[in-house]
Amino acid sequence: MTEEELKLTANEVRKGIIEGVYAAKSGHPGGSLSIADILTYLYFVEMDIDPENPSKKDRDRLVLSKGHTAPALYSTLAHRGYFDVSEMKTLRHVGSILQGHPDMKHIPGVDMSSGSLGQGLSAAVGMAIAGKMDGASYRTFCICGDGEIQEGQIWEAAMMAGHRHLDNLCVIVDNNGLQIDGRLEEVVSPYPIEDKFKAFGFEVSQIDGHDFAQIKSAFDKAKDTKSKPCCIVAKTIKGKGVSYMEDEAGWHGKAPNDEEYERAMRDLNNIG
Amino acid sequence: METKTIATRESYGNALVELGKEHEDLVVLDADLAGATKTAAFKKAFPERFIDCGIAEANMAGIAAGLSTCGKVPFMSSFAMFAAGRAFEQVRNSIGYPHLNVKIGATHAGISVGEDGATHQCNEDIALMRQIPQMTVIVPSDDVEAKAAVKAAYEFKGPVYLRFGRLAVPVINDEGSYHFEIGKGHLIREGGDVTIVATGLCVAEALKACEVLSSKGINADLINIHTIKPIDEDIIIRSAKKTHLVVTAEEHSIIGGLGSAAAEVLSEKCPTRLVRVGIMDTYGESGPARELIKKYGIDSDSIVKAVLDNHE
Repeated sequence: MTEEELKLTANEVRKGIIEGVYAAKSGHPGGSLSIADILTYLYFVEMDIDPENPSKKDRDRLVLSKGHTAPALYSTLAHRGYFDVSEMKTLRHVGSILQGHPDMKHIPGVDMSSGSLGQGLSAAVGMAIAGKMDGASYRTFCICGDGEIQEGQIWEAAMMAGHRHLDNLCVIVDNNGLQIDGRLEEVVSPYPIEDKFKAFGFEVSQIDGHDFAQIKSAFDKAKDTKSKPCCIVAKTIKGKGVSYMEDEAGWHGKAPNDEEYERAMRDLNNIG
Repeated sequence: METKTIATRESYGNALVELGKEHEDLVVLDADLAGATKTAAFKKAFPERFIDCGIAEANMAGIAAGLSTCGKVPFMSSFAMFAAGRAFEQVRNSIGYPHLNVKIGATHAGISVGEDGATHQCNEDIALMRQIPQMTVIVPSDDVEAKAAVKAAYEFKGPVYLRFGRLAVPVINDEGSYHFEIGKGHLIREGGDVTIVATGLCVAEALKACEVLSSKGINADLINIHTIKPIDEDIIIRSAKKTHLVVTAEEHSIIGGLGSAAAEVLSEKCPTRLVRVGIMDTYGESGPARELIKKYGIDSDSIVKAVLDNHE
């Protein structure tokens, strides 16, 4: 895929996020929009997956540890062909497969249930260890929030990943700088994130998480890194793509009203 | 004849080694307690399938979850306080909610931990674990039952909590004739005057209590409930209908454990007078296990007293 195609695909993913959250009248648009480019790159370029066979044994795995941004994962999976894009409108509705947080039991393509912050990286470490035990070629990706890494369990898991030299594991920290109560450094600062992961034995890259050239080079480097897990700290903008949501903590967990929905779709339609 | 005694944690360790020989997909996780939980034997036999997670139980639960999604059958091992207590939410959300095929081997449950005292004596784990939707909860009474339970847990698809003890307890089941089935209690003594429902090390205590009661002319039905969830309702109701008095006995808080489970069954399906023998609403303390079992009222004398005080 060309950069232009990736941009357009990510924009479609963003529209799906807005459609879903608007239909649900609840959900988390801010952090979903910030991770849309990276999820698009992972599912359309980087990961060895087969939407026709979502539980293929040797597939690459992804754990969305920041599970509240499920709309981004669902929209990506839908656009990749795991299920129909129209399902997005059932998000958070009674009886829908699209639960408020990722549910591996019912959603094709979801490799791990998540949502309670801090837990996903441990599961990803387990998947990576299983891969090593079996001599399998698959890789495991795990997306964490920058606020989420305030959870101690993340560092238990990071310690284990470094200790076992899990070079089949790649952690992405979505560094949009905001959490529910405000800016990270005003709540409890996790900075410097890069140094912390380095200290835990990771190969660390720092990128602009909306620049596909930088995204590509970081994932290429992760693939080539041996005997160390990788961490990509992606500097992103919460609410990216929807003008009035950008860098606003208030859009962490709030759905747009009718007028806001129209404005959001207008913004995204202007991109492509 | 001297009765053989063995701690069910030993049985756990031994059973893992036996199962490990047959099943390549079985992996064991521990959190820096392999010597105490008895998984050290597995570590020695199958080092490539043993994962020491260090002192990080929450992470261990998540790693076990991840391993199971890749086809492994992980047994995560720690003390009950940490497996069910510390890692409760991880067990609930990362293992229970996705209904993953993870087995939780929790040793050092209950007050019989002994000298380490209240911080390590988990009398709340059954209550915590049986609350988790679709979680199977098993409390073996002796070596024979514990080994059978570990095998059954391996063969079962889905999360299972297995509760083991630190203290050596008498072997009360006959290895040759013993049959274990998840969810099926054993009527191990038939009397008809009173129903005693016991689990874990209290089954042996209840057996002793039955002897004493018998000498006083009271013959008890004794039911060994090794699976607290799903509980064998029929075996309890059948006996309660006959005896009209049920006494439960467990090395666990009277709140939320076997006594509560039996109360739920009986009050809804067969209202019967019920008396719970267990740890009262209190923490334990340091001391030799046998002294604590007596002091905290879960020994055979306490069971006898509960029957005598309530039997007409």
